[in-house]
Amino acid sequence: MTASEKTYLGVPVRKPRAAFFSLTSCEGCQLQLLNNEATLLDFLSLLTIVNFREAVSERSENYEIAFVEGSISRADEIPRLKSIRAQAQTLVAMGSCACFGGVNQLKNRFSDLDWVKKQVYGDHPIETQDVLPLSAIVKVDLNIYGCPIKKEEVEKVITNLVLGKSIDYPQYPVCMECKANQNVCLFDLGEPCLGPITRAGCDSWCPSNRLGCWGCRGPAETANVRQLKQIMREHGFSDEQMLDRLECFGGFSKFINELKNQ
Amino acid sequence: MLFRVFSKNELKNLYDILAVNHIVGPVSKGCNKNSTALYDFDFVYDFEELQLEYSATIHSLKRFILPAKETLCSFTLQKNNWQKHVELNAYKPIVYFGLHACDINALNKLDKVLAGKIYPDPYYAAKRNNMFIIGVGCTPQPFCFCHSMGADSVLHGFDMFLTDLGDSYFAEILSARAFECLSGITCREPGKSEHQRFLEVAQEKMKRFTCHVDTTDLTKILDLEFQADVWREWGEKCLSCGTCANVCPTCYCYGVEENVDLDMRHAAKTRHLYSCNLIDFAEVAGGHNFRPHSHDRLKYRYYHKHRGFVEAFEESLCVGCGRCGNACLANITVPEVIASVRGKEGYHG
Repeated sequence: MTASEKTYLGVPVRKPRAAFFSLTSCEGCQLQLLNNEATLLDFLSLLTIVNFREAVSERSENYEIAFVEGSISRADEIPRLKSIRAQAQTLVAMGSCACFGGVNQLKNRFSDLDWVKKQVYGDHPIETQDVLPLSAIVKVDLNIYGCPIKKEEVEKVITNLVLGKSIDYPQYPVCMECKANQNVCLFDLGEPCLGPITRAGCDSWCPSNRLGCWGCRGPAETANVRQLKQIMREHGFSDEQMLDRLECFGGFSKFINELKNQ
Repeated sequence: MLFRVFSKNELKNLYDILAVNHIVGPVSKGCNKNSTALYDFDFVYDFEELQLEYSATIHSLKRFILPAKETLCSFTLQKNNWQKHVELNAYKPIVYFGLHACDINALNKLDKVLAGKIYPDPYYAAKRNNMFIIGVGCTPQPFCFCHSMGADSVLHGFDMFLTDLGDSYFAEILSARAFECLSGITCREPGKSEHQRFLEVAQEKMKRFTCHVDTTDLTKILDLEFQADVWREWGEKCLSCGTCANVCPTCYCYGVEENVDLDMRHAAKTRHLYSCNLIDFAEVAGGHNFRPHSHDRLKYRYYHKHRGFVEAFEESLCVGCGRCGNACLANITVPEVIASVRGKEGYHG
């Protein structure tokens, strides 16, 4: 299909050249993009994909939008990310690893990196450093949150990107969606949950399946972390339990020191 | 109003007569961690599922009449043209079996806003007009303050209201269709002793209220205490999560979103219920936010419920069901907030 064939109300829609890249990650977010077969063809037809190793074998370095998944955990990823930034007009951080460091940044909790390497790689250490989100190295134009990302949300983001509409995220916490889904509050069932402070957009994916939120989408625009700590204590959960969750994906890093010092 | 009494055994027959329709009622949702039974409104498929002696439901009826997300219209886009399709999303009549007085009063309050004469909301009205409501008497819970809000009994807005007299039900009948339903079961006019028992039950219920809100001169007090420090104290606790509005039977604020489908051949306009406690509720075009602080947003929620609505409709937009305080993880409850604004000691702020 060529660009001239795609129209919106008779107006031709230009298909931006898009590339997908993967840094330190499980590549689950890229797979998530290919997950919904019902809409896959429509999704792919909105973009001219020039680099997407999970989906196409062709390669080109000529692209306008770069979707970057994964975090920085090795020195060689920094020049690679910088060259992507130099090429792309729009750089999208895709998924919790790219936005916050993700599960990978859990290793930053340990003060002795050599000990971590020994535990993970044994006698075959590889070169690795403290994990960073993309925004620590380059300017990020757009974040797509979640571990993994939610396909429906990405579809909406890309449709709006192509149409030139504004891209809005929920600023409110997961509780909004959890209540809309008529769930019983997990605190009432004796489960800890970061839903009250975590950015929504996942349609309360985990809480709807009776798993308390681990905060993969990072803090909501207002995140009353101090109050949630109080609530956790009242419900019999330790500060360590809350910290384990807050530190899991890295989105709450700016709150951690404050909480530890309280 | 007509009155009838019927044996409790007859309730199943009444249910069967109505069960040709969809039935929504209080059903069990298991227990919480303290082994307290949980209930919610849901579709009922078997008479045995109906829990008429329920304490209270977690959520209100809004799921059925004012859903959290509703497609208002969809569009089929063609070249240089489009077609608009409007569905009111009310395909069938629904029997609501077992609503407490507070929830029926909540519907009556929503009617004033959404089914008024000048700008009725057709989506709400279509669902509202397709309701057959059977009310049922309740037992006041520790968090119920409906009596303070004048919502512990209901005078209109239902087809039939049942009061448990022990081995029989006392039925208040407000509609011809409710009267017709009763013609299918064995019932009779109440005698003097049943009148007596009906009044006793009402008095016994009154004695059980333990939670109260002093509403005397509340609109004036709220004006006087607009700058009170207590708002900041409550604001510091508030999670700005919108849970209070979501479980509230009378919160109706919403936002509208327009989205184009991936195929660019379809689009939809969707309504999402929103909450005035959410950070961007008062953000306007250009980015200015009139209420960036959680204490301001929390305060305005109380001002709408207990002041603005009273000035417009001479009644509060709160029925005292206590769901918001129950659901609030930060323990922000209406009785305590109002008491603190009135400067009363003893609130746990």
